[in-house]
Amino acid sequence: MEPYISVKNVSHKYPNGVTAIKDINLDIHEGEVVAILGSNGSGKTTLVKHFNGLLKPTKGEITVGTMNTKKERISKLSSQVGYVFQNPNHQTFLPSVRQELAYGCKNLKMAEEDIETRVQKAIDLFQLKERLDDNPFDLNSSQRKEVAMASIMAVSPKVIVLDEPTTGQDHKGCKRVLELVRMFKREGHIVVLITHDMHLIGELNCRTVVMNQSEKIADDHASVVFSDKGIMEEAGLQPPQITQFANQITSFDETKTYLTVESIIEWMKANKEEDVKVGTGS
Amino acid sequence: MAAKAIEVNNLTFSYPDTDEPVLKDINFSINHGEILGIIGPTGAGKSTLAMCVNGLVPQVINGEMEGTVKVNGSKVSESSVAKMSEEVGFVFQEPENQLSQMTIEEEIAFGMGNLGVPRDEMLGRITHALDQVGLTGFEKRSPLALSGGQQQRLAIAAVLAMRPSIMIMDEPTSMLDPKGKNEVYDVLKNLKDYGMTGIIIDHEVERIAAYCDKVLVLHEGEVQMFAPSDEVFTNIRQLHELTLNAPQVTEFLASYNQTFGKDVKLSTTLEESVNNFESACK
Ligand SMILES: Nc1ncnc2c1ncn2[C@@H]1O[C@H](COP(=O)(O)OP(=O)(O)OP(=O)(O)O)[C@@H](O)[C@H]1O
Ligand SMILES: Nc1ncnc2c1ncn2[C@@H]1O[C@H](COP(=O)(O)OP(=O)(O)OP(=O)(O)O)[C@@H](O)[C@H]1O
Ligand SMILES: [Mg+2]
Ligand SMILES: [Mg+2]
Repeated sequence: MEPYISVKNVSHKYPNGVTAIKDINLDIHEGEVVAILGSNGSGKTTLVKHFNGLLKPTKGEITVGTMNTKKERISKLSSQVGYVFQNPNHQTFLPSVRQELAYGCKNLKMAEEDIETRVQKAIDLFQLKERLDDNPFDLNSSQRKEVAMASIMAVSPKVIVLDEPTTGQDHKGCKRVLELVRMFKREGHIVVLITHDMHLIGELNCRTVVMNQSEKIADDHASVVFSDKGIMEEAGLQPPQITQFANQITSFDETKTYLTVESIIEWMKANKEEDVKVGTGS
Repeated sequence: MAAKAIEVNNLTFSYPDTDEPVLKDINFSINHGEILGIIGPTGAGKSTLAMCVNGLVPQVINGEMEGTVKVNGSKVSESSVAKMSEEVGFVFQEPENQLSQMTIEEEIAFGMGNLGVPRDEMLGRITHALDQVGLTGFEKRSPLALSGGQQQRLAIAAVLAMRPSIMIMDEPTSMLDPKGKNEVYDVLKNLKDYGMTGIIIDHEVERIAAYCDKVLVLHEGEVQMFAPSDEVFTNIRQLHELTLNAPQVTEFLASYNQTFGKDVKLSTTLEESVNNFESACK
């Protein structure tokens, strides 16, 4: 199968001379959820800003669907690629949450009725009912990010790029982001997700690309990446706390990488905990 | 008896034009050399409370305040914000709003300049602060040409260079990579060794549990818990009722006990949880 997004030998040098990504190759297929991890300044945001044409490669090429991002206009690209900025101050907003939520759909000339159902679905998931008349400018950055995510959800473009969606979110907000990504996945979208939130990756257990010092140093399943000590160390990453815990428990299956609390409990239930001789209480 | 580092009595605060106060009858105190973690859902009032401690609320951000806040024994309401900034360093939730200068070097010098730190002394402190946050070599770069996490690191460095005796950090690690998050908490711990006092607000509870002496749980403007961090994070039922979570290891042990009818002693740190679980397995 042809990849939907194809990144070929792409480098990007900012005008001040900083080379932020170097010779990146990456193919993303329809329906894939891909997480991008890596330390601060490793080039994650720079890379994904290429997907909707906000940045153009200074070397190499990117194709999205049939479009070459160098030649295509941002407006055309962004009908296919929705992008939630890392910094919501960089995202432009209309003067009310209500207008903002409908904007993308209107732009694509969807039918009024259709827009209404789409917007309502987003309002429900993000519990925005009471904020519809607020000016996004008056919201704090995590709330503004939620509005941005809700707007993208209403449009539901083919590709959805979320740059650090759980930053500043409370526990409930993080669960909502997880739900959103799972919903996009069920509906067959491509989701590209940048995050420093290892719990989120543990829950998603998805394909994981690791960036380090402008280069791609790993591209594999989260459980494989998280058990690769060399890569984790090089990129300054840490697996979720529960994975670190499980790695130290002698009675657990050494060949498995446990990424969530629930998965361990389920595994113990399935293996009847007496058999694995854990917990006689104290 | 020596004065407390921070003492808050019967503090109630309302923003203009809101019906209900956002902080309701808050009482707590912390000693010199202690680190306090503040957790709570979005909108609970964490940032507002933190800004009451350095006087920004209500002196710059207006509203109606009752009760008293004392820092090192003197009332914050009787001191100017400028005077307070000599004692209390504040890292804001949105780092970008804190940045105003042309270069990173100037950004860090800015706060020190306001305190009247001599030129030679400044240079040494700039070098040290940049080293503490991993930004050595970035001196001449524009703060705008930084990644999100690098900007957050810079905002922290600028406050560290002012060498306050009390450090308040409002979600300072939200955009940092895992290694960077650890480094920020380590910096707090080092300050503690010098007898300095810290308050840190965070949605990620695992580091709060590992590093903070006490934890205050805020919910809809009220203090729901204020206790040593172990006590707070092993009270899983109440945390869940407040839509909050405990560290993954604590969640696991609680879930394990419940599912299999065991009573392994709950712990809130990785090492201790491994020990408790392993010894219960024998
Ligand atoms: N300047 C302001 N004017 C009016 N209301 C405000 C102002 N700042 C905050 N609020 C409101 O006060 C309440 C507490 O806000 P605060 O920012 O202290 O919460 P928080 O616990 O820090 O939340 P978060 O986790 O999202 O940072 C919220 O309902 C918020 O909308
Ligand atoms: N506008 C810009 N001009 C010049 N250099 C930049 C600019 N934006 C980012 N950089 C630099 O490019 C490199 C990659 O930045 P990028 O924002 O892609 O990192 P990131 O992986 O997203 O980091 P973070 O986790 O902190 O968000 C960094 O060294 C950064 O300093
Ligand atoms: Mg980034
Ligand atoms: Mg806040």
